[in-house]
Amino acid sequence: MRKFLPGLVVGVIFGAGLALSDMFNPARVLAFLDIAGAWDPTLAYVMGSALIPSAIAYRIRQRMARPLLAPGFAIPENRQLDRPLLLGGAMFGIGWGLVGLCPGPALAGLVLGTWQIWLFAAAMLAGMLLHHFVTQTRAPAHSLG
Amino acid sequence: MEALSPWVAIAGGLLIGTAAGLLLLLSGRIAGVSGMAARAVGMARDGAPRRQAVGFILGLPLGAALIALLVRAHEVAVTSSLPLLIAGGLLVGFGTRLGNGCTSGHGVCGIARLSPRSFAATGVFMASAALTVFIIRHALGG
Repeated sequence: MRKFLPGLVVGVIFGAGLALSDMFNPARVLAFLDIAGAWDPTLAYVMGSALIPSAIAYRIRQRMARPLLAPGFAIPENRQLDRPLLLGGAMFGIGWGLVGLCPGPALAGLVLGTWQIWLFAAAMLAGMLLHHFVTQTRAPAHSLG
Repeated sequence: MEALSPWVAIAGGLLIGTAAGLLLLLSGRIAGVSGMAARAVGMARDGAPRRQAVGFILGLPLGAALIALLVRAHEVAVTSSLPLLIAGGLLVGFGTRLGNGCTSGHGVCGIARLSPRSFAATGVFMASAALTVFIIRHALGG
């Protein structure tokens, strides 16, 4: 429970934020991405305001020897821009633009019960599995996402 | 689709950022959904403790359900065709693993800690997503 419960609480707050800001609504996300159409600024407000508590937490973190419930911080230190990062980002963006769902909204949106979101989430998991099998023989990369 | 009040959008964003900040200060980890999802199903060799990842992933739809109960009913429009849903899901799944992150890990957490990799990734996925939407809706007349 020491690990499950904090994860659950954080997930609930995260999912509530996605639903409150309507970010699990593909129509609204696509309207943000459609800069030549009827543009909807919601995603910019959401991302901009999400940065505030997140950035404050990173400032607090610098004064902490260790997190409250774990032995140490596990923050990626890699600063190198490499091909997998850019290629992966480009692929993700294409998929995001095709449907208007990214991983958080796809999973929070499962609660809606629309078959389209379940299908998308299943395909997303299949894509992750595909990557897992393709790279299984290589050295593990540190994950951020 | 009606416009959403900027204040509601900001409140939602503050919740998302608070969740990310809490996970950092409690568990010392990045609140990245794609990494957590991979971890929850046992695909990532490193990352958050498995039980924490499972809790986080289960929490996402629970939190969304809470908003439906307490604030307003969800009205969501998914208009993509079946092939687009499958292709989009595959690309999002593969791409977020290859690029080590998505909108949350790179877009919210990475930018908040000024990671150059996350700035680059966010710029690339925003641009490729906007380009994809432009091609589908305007160039192809979608």
